[in-house]
Amino acid sequence: MRVLAAMSGGVDSSVAVARMVDAGHDVTGVHLALSKSASVPGSRGCCTLDDARDARRVADRLDIPFYVWDLSEQFAHDVMQDFLDEYQQGNTPNPCLRCNERIKFLALLDRALALGFDAVATGHYARIVDGRHGKELHRAVDADKDQSYVLGVLEGWQLEHSLFPLGDDVKEQVRAEAEQRGLLTARKPDSHDICFIPDGDTAAFLRDRLGEQPGEIVDVTSGAVLAAHDGAFGFTIGQRRGLDLRVPAADGRPRYVVDIDVAARRVFVGPPALLDVDQIVGIRPTWTAEPLTDIPTDCSAQVRAHGAPVTARAHLSDGQLVVELQESIRGLATGQAVVLYDGSRVLGSATVAHTRRVVRS
Amino acid sequence: MLPSAQRRWLEVSGLVGNPSSLHDSGRRARRIVEEARESIAADLHTRPSAVIFTSGGTEADNLAVKGLFWAGAANGRSGVIASAVEHHAVLDPVTWLNEHESAKVSWAPVDSVGRVDLDAIQRELATGLVAVCTVMWANNEVGTVQPVAELAQMCREHGVPFHTDAVQALGQLRMDLQALGATAVTISGHKIGGPFGVGALLLEPDVKPVPVLHGGGQEREVRSGTLDAPGIASFAVAVREAVTQQEQHAARMRELRNALVERVLAAVPSAHLNGDPDLSGDGRLPANAHFSFDGCEGDALLLLLDAAGIDCSTGSACTAGIPEPSHVLLAMGAQAQASRGSLRFSLGRDSTQADVDRLLAALPGAVERATRAGSPRSRA
Repeated sequence: MRVLAAMSGGVDSSVAVARMVDAGHDVTGVHLALSKSASVPGSRGCCTLDDARDARRVADRLDIPFYVWDLSEQFAHDVMQDFLDEYQQGNTPNPCLRCNERIKFLALLDRALALGFDAVATGHYARIVDGRHGKELHRAVDADKDQSYVLGVLEGWQLEHSLFPLGDDVKEQVRAEAEQRGLLTARKPDSHDICFIPDGDTAAFLRDRLGEQPGEIVDVTSGAVLAAHDGAFGFTIGQRRGLDLRVPAADGRPRYVVDIDVAARRVFVGPPALLDVDQIVGIRPTWTAEPLTDIPTDCSAQVRAHGAPVTARAHLSDGQLVVELQESIRGLATGQAVVLYDGSRVLGSATVAHTRRVVRS
Repeated sequence: MLPSAQRRWLEVSGLVGNPSSLHDSGRRARRIVEEARESIAADLHTRPSAVIFTSGGTEADNLAVKGLFWAGAANGRSGVIASAVEHHAVLDPVTWLNEHESAKVSWAPVDSVGRVDLDAIQRELATGLVAVCTVMWANNEVGTVQPVAELAQMCREHGVPFHTDAVQALGQLRMDLQALGATAVTISGHKIGGPFGVGALLLEPDVKPVPVLHGGGQEREVRSGTLDAPGIASFAVAVREAVTQQEQHAARMRELRNALVERVLAAVPSAHLNGDPDLSGDGRLPANAHFSFDGCEGDALLLLLDAAGIDCSTGSACTAGIPEPSHVLLAMGAQAQASRGSLRFSLGRDSTQADVDRLLAALPGAVERATRAGSPRSRA
């Protein structure tokens, strides 16, 4: 097969591409330049100058052609601007998921296919299995590293042209293999932060770009104004830290962000019981194979990249995904993705638009 | 590297001695350097004392542009004239002078084939405030030859030092520096089959730029640093071959290039030739062919041709390796998108008709593919 390997310059994609070469594929490496300010010193994540160099040196070592492709314009539009827009609307987006959906498995994959490649390979931890449903997307063997959640937006045609060579291994094995192969990325630390917010300070990033939008923090039970804030976008449903409330709660217990009204610039805080939701309505559903129907289907639902799955029944209603949870989930923000599984197999994904609280305020 | 240049490098690298030393082995090394200096001066019709050896074209350009600017600025001249299509080795020092030394830069515009506007330069020279004027002999991307003789003459009339980067021109064009009358001319070894890391600034003997490298005072106290005797000796051999074979080489390149251009334009409907369209005249480097392919991504095309064993270039890339829209094409009036869909095919001593055949076998399919790849679904 002619394989285009996305090389971030990290240990995972390095080993993934090495395995593709070993498997006898005709492999070309590509590093995606996602940011024009790639040379900012001290920045981490997937778009720094060091990473481009590391990727190039791994390609040298494997003796494969290597190119840097500039997808910074698409990334700025489809991922960063989307990120800002979502926060501006009071949602909590997942930019890694969006990057997979719009950049790696759309812009890159399209381009690869147009150029005559058969597939794109990445260092994601997930498995693609030939099964009853065609190319099935499954959880990785390494539960801690499993990235099926952020790949849950992929559809059948994308899975047919994607390769995840690391899905059957645990991270320690991958690192050990990188060491064994003498790849210079073997000891690089894992990236955790959002790549375009290298210092991890999302609130500051949003404030710089969206401007200060001062408003009030309100006790949802009493209606009392507890504090001021400089932008509702700096808050996420379920957040407890950094609220800087000067007035203690009547019951003396910690309060959490339970609701955000972006238009009124009001952030509501209350007891954690108000965070419990037992129904999710998701919009823009995508399916790895057949879509669900209006008949409730047993499945499990996951709402965070490394969250635990919850037993659920889901069905489609007027094009929206309705997920009834067997046990409640705490602190679910709109804009997050809900990904449905049948065992280890990903069924599909949708964006959380509404939730139903177990306890009404 | 030319076999003769390679042999000379090996020969000299076996000798010990620093050309700056006064003892016997130093004197022998010095003699080798001086013979190389005389050889290059004779080949290019200038005086040996004009030859300032450097580490290559970039250093020679920096020395000429910054050094002549600083010398002029000391006398109250703070202007720089540079063409908008200069190589980065000139473009970036000029930009730097503007940003850090308050140089008033006048970027001379070019026409649609990439040739500078002499009237604009004439007007700027007339201000009397120009410290240095720099216009390349021939453009490295689109191959357009600049009217350097007129420019040198104009600058002389206004008493302004004229520098030209001749890295691309050496070996492809006839070069008589005495007839040219420029103040400073940059040449480089690796472009003519000499060693990498050696070049020279051919600098009129009575001109004294402020040095960029300070130190032991070598090279007329203009360029300090221990001289690389093997590199210099080898460089001189390459210059000799470039000059003696220039006419014959240029004729062969022109014939091959013209066939390439004709066949590419016939085979690929979306192809346009950039630069001077007169393929028989002296206005274009004989080995240069540069095309834009409408609606086509240059880096996708590069990947496909690379896979077919054809080396070509999309222009410059940033440190991370991202291809950038060519400032040359932009200055010639191209849109950023069109400039990304452009490729240069350079012919060399080893190029043959078979190479052109191989390119033509691969190119039409590759352009079609790369054009399809250039319209990503995510934009919809």
